[in-house]
Amino acid sequence: MKLLTCPMNGTRPLSEFVFGGEYRQAPDQDTCTDAQWAAFVHNRSGAPGDKKEWWYHSPSGTWFIAERNTLTDKVTRTYLLGQNNTTQEEGK
Amino acid sequence: MPLRLLKFALSKEHPAPRFFKSHETPKKSYDVVIIGGGGHGLAAAYYLAKDHGITNVCVLEKGYIGGGNTGRNTTIVRSNYLTPEGVNFYDASVKIYEGLSEELDLNLFYSTRGHFTLAHTESAMRTMRWRAEVNKHVGVESRVVGPDEIAKACPQLDLSCSGQAPILGALFHAPGSVARHDGVAWGYARGADRLGAEIYQNTEVLGIDVKNGKVCGVKTNKGYIETKQVLSAVAGFTPRITEMVDLETPIVIHPLQACVTEPMKPWLDTILVSGSLHVYVSQSSRGELVMGSSLDPYEVHSTRSTLDFVEGLTSHMLDMFPFLSNVKVVRQWAGMADMTPDFAPIMGKTPIEGFYLDAGWGTWGFKATPISGKTMAQTIANDSAPDLIHSFRLSRFEDYELTGEKGAASVGH
Repeated sequence: MKLLTCPMNGTRPLSEFVFGGEYRQAPDQDTCTDAQWAAFVHNRSGAPGDKKEWWYHSPSGTWFIAERNTLTDKVTRTYLLGQNNTTQEEGK
Repeated sequence: MPLRLLKFALSKEHPAPRFFKSHETPKKSYDVVIIGGGGHGLAAAYYLAKDHGITNVCVLEKGYIGGGNTGRNTTIVRSNYLTPEGVNFYDASVKIYEGLSEELDLNLFYSTRGHFTLAHTESAMRTMRWRAEVNKHVGVESRVVGPDEIAKACPQLDLSCSGQAPILGALFHAPGSVARHDGVAWGYARGADRLGAEIYQNTEVLGIDVKNGKVCGVKTNKGYIETKQVLSAVAGFTPRITEMVDLETPIVIHPLQACVTEPMKPWLDTILVSGSLHVYVSQSSRGELVMGSSLDPYEVHSTRSTLDFVEGLTSHMLDMFPFLSNVKVVRQWAGMADMTPDFAPIMGKTPIEGFYLDAGWGTWGFKATPISGKTMAQTIANDSAPDLIHSFRLSRFEDYELTGEKGAASVGH
C-alpha cells in the first residue's frame, strides 16, 4: 500500500495518513466484569485477516474507517464512520 | 579460541560437518514440543536437555532454523534498560553471551564494542541519566558521557548532525556487543541435537489440541504429535499460534526493517544509536554497516521492504556521517516484530495447562536469546516461572502491572 483513499479528499500518498488502530467496541462498563474490561483495554486481535481500522488524514484532520487485509496489505473500502454504504477502490 | 577450531586446524581432514541430524518424520509423542526453530526455541531445547535432563523434545520449524527474526535483527546485545527487572534480565543474558562461544564450541564473533545512545535534547539527556542510575544501581556498567568522549570513540561522527540536531551527550554502555546472529541459532541447534533433542525443519504446526484446559497434542503437516507441554517461541507468528488455543494477548505485529551497506575497511568501532534520528548502526565483522530504524507505522503481517524506510534511514545516517554519501546500500529486509504495549516480553505460563509462551519480543529479542531459553526451560521443567521473568507474565495485563520499558527502546518506536 502506497496510496490510500480518504473519503473526503480522494486518493493521497500514504505519508499523509496516520494509522489509528483497529476499530473496536467497548463492552458496557456498567455490566462487564473487571476481567472483561482489562481484556478490552489490553488485548488486541493480533492474527492476520480482514480488519476494520481507524485511519487519519492528517492535512485535513479527517478520521475515517478503512477495511484492510493485514496479511496482503490491501484496502478494500474506506468510509466515514456510519457511512459505510459507498465502496471505494484502493488507488494503485 | 574455541577448541574445535584448533582441532580443525591441526587435522589433516576437513570434512564439512552437519550441525544437526535430519529425521524423517516426528515420533508419535514427545515430552515437550517447541514451536519455532529460532534462537529462543533452540536455546530452550538446549537448556531443557542440559540443565534439566529433558531430552525427549522436538523443535518444529516452519521454514529453516534461524530464518525468522533470529536472522533478521541487527545483532546488538546490551542491558542498559530502564526498569530494574529489565536490566537484571538482560544483564543475565549478556553474561551468558560472553561465555557462549566456549560453551557451544562455535565462534559466534561476539564482539564487545561499547554502545552509545546519543542524546540530542535535554529531555533525552534526562532519560540517559535515569537509565545510567538504574543501571549502576543494578551493577551494570553504564554512564552519561559528554560530546568529547563520543568524539574520541568515534571521530568520524558529525557532532552537530548537519546542524539539525547537535549531540549533547550520550549514555555509554561498556558491555554493548554485536554477535553473529545465525551462529547463535546453529550453535544452540547443534548443542540441543547432541543432547538428544530432535529438530524438524519445513514442519508447520496446523493446530494445537486442548482438552479440558490442558494441551494434549499438536497437528503438523508431518502428522499428529501427542504431548502435554508446548512452548510457542515464534515471535511474529505468535498471534497465529495463540489463535489456535483461543488465547487473547495484547500482541500486534509491525514490520521492522534493516539494511546493510557494501563492505568497508573497519572504521566504526562502537555501536551508535540515536533515538531522535531513528538510527542504530554498527559495523559487522565483514565490514558492512548494519543499520536499523524504527518500526513500520502500521500493522502488517509481511516481511516486505519499502523505499520509504531506506530513504528515511539513509538521510539520517548522512546527518551523522556526511562522508558516507557515496556508499551503497546492498541489502534490505524486514522481520515481523511482535509488539507489546509496555515494550517488555510475554513469558511463562498461560491459562492453558501445558501451553507456555515465549513471545512479545518486538524489537528486543535477539539480545535475550540465551536467558529466555534458560528461563523458559526452567518454566517448562518445573511448571513454574522463575522470579527473573515474573514481571513478564501474561497475567500482568489483567493485573494492570505493566512494566515501564518504553523509554529504553533503542529508537523512538
